[in-house]
Order: sequence, then C-alpha cells, then structure tokens
Amino acid sequence: MQGLDLGYMIGLAPVILGYVPLTLGMAAAGMVAALVLAALLAVERVVRVPVLDWLVVLFISFFRGTPLLVQLFLFYYGLPQVVSVLTRIDGVSAAILGLTLHFAAYMAESIRAAILGVDRSQWEAAQSIGMTQSQLMLRIILPQAARVAAPTLVNYFIDMLKGTSLAFTLGVTEMMGAAQKEAAGSFLYFEAFLVVALIYWGMVEALSQGQKWLETHLNKAYAR
Amino acid sequence: MTSNHGISIKGLRKSFGGTPILDGIDLEIAPGERVVIIGPSGTGKSTLLRCLNFLDRPDEGLISIGDLRVDAARARKGEILGLRRRTGFVFQNYALFANKTAAENIMEALVTVQRLPRAEAADRARAILAETGLADKADSYPAALSGGQQQRVGIGRAMALDAELMLFDEPTSALDPEWVGEVLDLMRRVAERKQTMLIVTHEMQFAREIADRILFMHGGKIVEQGTPAQIFDTPQDPRLQRFLARVGG
Repeated sequence: MQGLDLGYMIGLAPVILGYVPLTLGMAAAGMVAALVLAALLAVERVVRVPVLDWLVVLFISFFRGTPLLVQLFLFYYGLPQVVSVLTRIDGVSAAILGLTLHFAAYMAESIRAAILGVDRSQWEAAQSIGMTQSQLMLRIILPQAARVAAPTLVNYFIDMLKGTSLAFTLGVTEMMGAAQKEAAGSFLYFEAFLVVALIYWGMVEALSQGQKWLETHLNKAYAR
Repeated sequence: MTSNHGISIKGLRKSFGGTPILDGIDLEIAPGERVVIIGPSGTGKSTLLRCLNFLDRPDEGLISIGDLRVDAARARKGEILGLRRRTGFVFQNYALFANKTAAENIMEALVTVQRLPRAEAADRARAILAETGLADKADSYPAALSGGQQQRVGIGRAMALDAELMLFDEPTSALDPEWVGEVLDLMRRVAERKQTMLIVTHEMQFAREIADRILFMHGGKIVEQGTPAQIFDTPQDPRLQRFLARVGG
C-alpha cells in the first residue's frame, strides 16, 4: 500500500477544474429545461386535461421507473436508429435531454404537491375577481408553490449535477472523462478519481449552503 | 357602477350528487338594494351566492346582471368571466392572496383583469385602503394582518371590481368576536355608497339594521321574504318562526 501521490493530485486539479464549466453548463441547461417542463407537467396533473393527462401520467411513470443510465443510452445510442433527425445528436445534447426528461418527471411530482398545498380558497378568490385559469396559475398559485417546492428542487439540482457524470458513458469528455484519460497515462486511478470526487463534493457543499440560505429566506417571505 | 337593469335570477337550480341544494330560486334585486339572506345552515344560502359567481356551476337557471344574460346550463367561458367581473365576492375565510401585500391584493383585478396601468391601479388601491381604514397596512402581507384586517382587505378587493353586485358569504363567521365590529362597520360604509349587496349572515341585529329586504331560505328555496320588520316582528312561516326563536333574532 503506497501513500497518496498528493503532488500528482495538486497538479491534476486545475486540469479537471477546467471541465467544471461544462459540468455546470449541462446541469444548468438541464435544470432550466426541466423546471419549465416540470411546471407544465405539474399544472396539467392538477388541471387534468382529458387524454393528455393519461400521456403525462405515462411519461412521469416511465422516467421515474427506469434508470437514468438506461434512458441516456436510449437517447444516444438507441433513438438515432429509429428517429432519423436524431442521428447527429452529440453526447452533450443527449445528456442534457436525458437529464431534463428524467428530472422533470421527479420535479413535476414535487411541484404538483406544492400546487395542491396552496389553499383552495385562493383559487376561488382569483376566479371570483375574473382571472383566467392561466392568470391565476402564473400570478397566484405557481409563485407560492415555487416557494414551497424550492428546497426540494435544489435537491434535484444537486442530483442532476452529479448525474452529469453519466455523460462520460456517452463519450463526453467531462470531469470523469478527463480523469479517466489522465489516469490511463499515469495509472494513478485512485488519485485521479479522488480529485473528481472532491470537486463534486465541493460543488454540492456550496449548493447545500445556498439551499440553507434559500430556506431561511423563503420562510421569511410574506410575513412583512 | 350600478346600472338601471338590476339583477334578475330565474329558476336557479343546483344539486350535489343528486341532492338538490338550490331548488328553483327566483329573485329580483333592484339597483342599490341591500338584500340579506338568513336561514339554517345547509339550506343553500352560500351555494346561491357561489352559483351567482360560478364558483359552483348552477345546473340550470337564468342570471341577468346589468346587460349580461347568462343561461347557466349553457354558460360559456366568456360569459362566466363576465359574470365574475360584475360581481364582487367576499369570502368567509377572507381568501387573500398570500403572496401579495394588502395593496397588491386590491390591485390584482385592476391590473390583470381590467388592464389598468400599474400606477393608476396603485392609486385606486390606496384610495380603497383608506376607505377600509388600512392605509398604513398597504405593504403588509396577509400573514401579518389580524382576521378583521384581512377581511377588510377582502372587502376592498371586491370593492375594486366596481361590481354591480357585491356578494358577502358569511363575512364575519370566521372572525374572533373582537374583529366583527370593524368588518360590519366597513360593510355599512359600502352600503352608504348605494352598492347593491347580497349578504349571507348570522348577525341578525346587523341584518335588521342594514337590509332593505330579508330572504329566509329553507331547503333550497326562498320560503319567506319581506322588510326586516316583517321578517323579525311578524314572521308568517312556522319554519321562520322556529328559526328566529332559535337564533334569538
């Protein structure tokens, strides 16, 4: 058992850190798209449009019921064989697409619960002053639901950030891919992947701090 | 503003799960008239108000407010919105928008429904808050207000619609006794503006004082109606007599 090659790790860190923007970019793009999609899915689940509701239930069930890795492989390796438009989909896009759909399914359920948590009488009050369904959703219900769901949604963002490492399996050179390549030359696999782990850990810790701040900030809202 | 058409309701029916709650309501309300509905609970008083606002969808009946005529059985979305914009609704549990300040609660309909410029809506909201005696609470969220203050904002929100008819659904029933007075005072001020009002309440003293006409509902029907003196001093129907004996009107 040899000691850790700290010098190697310190030298490698800047190389891996160079891929942080890609990781954060994939996670951020996936999060924004997933939030929009999840909000739409959640509203549909609450309003229940005939037929569409059945499709949404199916969508949520499938993307919650199958592993993310399998979904990514389906999009990247599988779908292009069936749908010709997708033949040129690159690994990064496939990863973002997969992360979006997967996490949207989970986030939709949290947002739906948060929507249902808003006192029913506020729906009626909004209707009573003549607001349309979309006005009452956008101006009254969703802003309140967002506050309730926010801490949970940050959790999903953290999961998604870690999930970007699976893009490695689609041939994307992100932090894992870079570490793998470096280690292939140095044979210092433990050190290389430890660097990756520490960087992920640092990012997640920073997000958790942000989440704590968010929670106290949100709890204070509406109390003035 | 009040029009000369008044309000007319014909053959309004509503049942929940096969049980009739409104069993054919016919009612005319003159502009500026203040009508109070009394009766035991479960007799359809609140449902009548909610049906006029389509918070509960009536099964059948004709509702006319001003120049708008709605056939309940065939009401389209636009007609329902039109009806809601002509009727202000005050809820028993206030139902303020929790994510909006007192001023924003009142502005909401002006900005989103009437499409007034924000500055103008803010001016209107300030004027209404002054009338409700809450000028200093403009920037408070509902959570920071007492029940009485919240209900005054709720009334202000309904006043902002400048509705031809204001509906009050037991506006003081959820209040601690100490806040009831200030809410009734505000309703008196609303009445002084010649606002047409339809009020469901259990405050018999208030009903006697504010009403031009009192309706007694029982079993989804208007069983007896008349001036406060007729209803309280010379009730005819034995069900009304029993009800009054019980509530001590």
